[in-house]
Amino acid sequence: MVEFGGWDMPVEYQGLGDEHLAVRTRGGLFDVSHMGEIEIAGADALRAVQHITSNDASRLADGQIQYSALTTPQGTFVDDVLTYRLAGDHFMLVVNASNIVKDFHWIAQHVKEAGGDAVAVNTSSRYALIALQGPVAQGVLQTLTGVDLSAIKYYWFATGEVAGVRVTISRTGYTGEDGFEVFAPPNSAERVWDAILHAGKSAGVVPAGLGARDTLRLEAAMRLYGNDMDETTTVVEADLNWIVGWKKESFIGSDVLKHQKAAGAPRKLVGFEMLERAIGRHGYDVYLDGQKAGVVTSGTQTPFLKKAIGMAYLPADRTAPGTEFEIDIRGRRVKAAVVPMPFYKRAK
Amino acid sequence: MSYPSDLKYTKDHEWVKIDGGTAKVGITDYAQKQLGDVVYLELPEVGRTLKQGEVFGTIESVKAVSELYSPVDGEVTEVHAALVQHPEEVNKDPHSSWMIAVKVTGGQDGLLDAGAYTELTK
Repeated sequence: MVEFGGWDMPVEYQGLGDEHLAVRTRGGLFDVSHMGEIEIAGADALRAVQHITSNDASRLADGQIQYSALTTPQGTFVDDVLTYRLAGDHFMLVVNASNIVKDFHWIAQHVKEAGGDAVAVNTSSRYALIALQGPVAQGVLQTLTGVDLSAIKYYWFATGEVAGVRVTISRTGYTGEDGFEVFAPPNSAERVWDAILHAGKSAGVVPAGLGARDTLRLEAAMRLYGNDMDETTTVVEADLNWIVGWKKESFIGSDVLKHQKAAGAPRKLVGFEMLERAIGRHGYDVYLDGQKAGVVTSGTQTPFLKKAIGMAYLPADRTAPGTEFEIDIRGRRVKAAVVPMPFYKRAK
Repeated sequence: MSYPSDLKYTKDHEWVKIDGGTAKVGITDYAQKQLGDVVYLELPEVGRTLKQGEVFGTIESVKAVSELYSPVDGEVTEVHAALVQHPEEVNKDPHSSWMIAVKVTGGQDGLLDAGAYTELTK
């Protein structure tokens, strides 16, 4: 067990590598109840969400979800979030555990600033969150619910019952596989967890920990707040232009982001693969032509691809695939090369 | 897994098998379990002299990087190159997966026997 964002979290159950492979080939069950939820409600809720997040929430229908950023005036990340449209006047942001308190203060302040009829509520303690991820996810979960899961598209959600518990079922995840995240009342969460594990046993579903969650998300090139981006890196630098609603009215930090999009940001997050046997890890320095030129933000040996991969910030003019650079690995310079992301993409 | 009685152990979770004047060194079952899937092993050059407790290499798993400490004073006479190519063997059979052989010149104080080490890891 390890302390993470104020929670005791299992790094692994029977083993990180086995759990990673289970999710890629069968299914894994994650307890991600540490994630936070902040709801924004009122007649002007949409206007408030548009003001504080980078993506265009006006494009969401009821039951739809989008990946987005809570931005600072500098266009950097307060957090990365999923925006759920519960109703036209009611949104839910799913935020990182370590940022719940910071995010809520930020959101409450800026929702007020946006004016009108909208209020933010931290509802994190009302939800446990259980993620079933992997190719068998739909088949297994369908045995426990009357909700037609095949009708829930990627990044949409529905409400209904799982194992007799009233829940929200969201077709989302942090693994690069198909799967669902189930929001359940905390006092019924264990029942949902046990029911899914039991129903998935014959299909090979296993409990999976924080370790596999990290290696899976990295293979899928999903960013991790605090590693790959934070309050010092902009949305454009993190190469997440697709989560910016470029056509919508201004939002916090939009001027900086529009400028960076047009003029180019000084640095960009890239994927890399090690060319020698070693792992470039978070915080290791990157060298180009013998000069310190950036930093590794995430790195691991991936159990599925069986390669050492990672992400790093490089000067924007040196980010073409194939560009070679060096990483200082505990005093030794080791070669790596830029590769396209994602590293892993599931077959449709 | 029980700890073989013909090995000695350190509090840093290395084992050492001393045979005449030569010692082979590896990491214990407890250590490999803590590390999880081992992916890389960095070992010293033959001829390097080591003091007891000195770092002689690093072992890296998906989860973490860990330093390896010499259980004895001595000179490295052999490096297990095949293990560097297949470091996952450390997980499968830790007490046979020797990393370096050392010509022992001293510094064997404080090594634990199997019983004491078993107690330490409880």
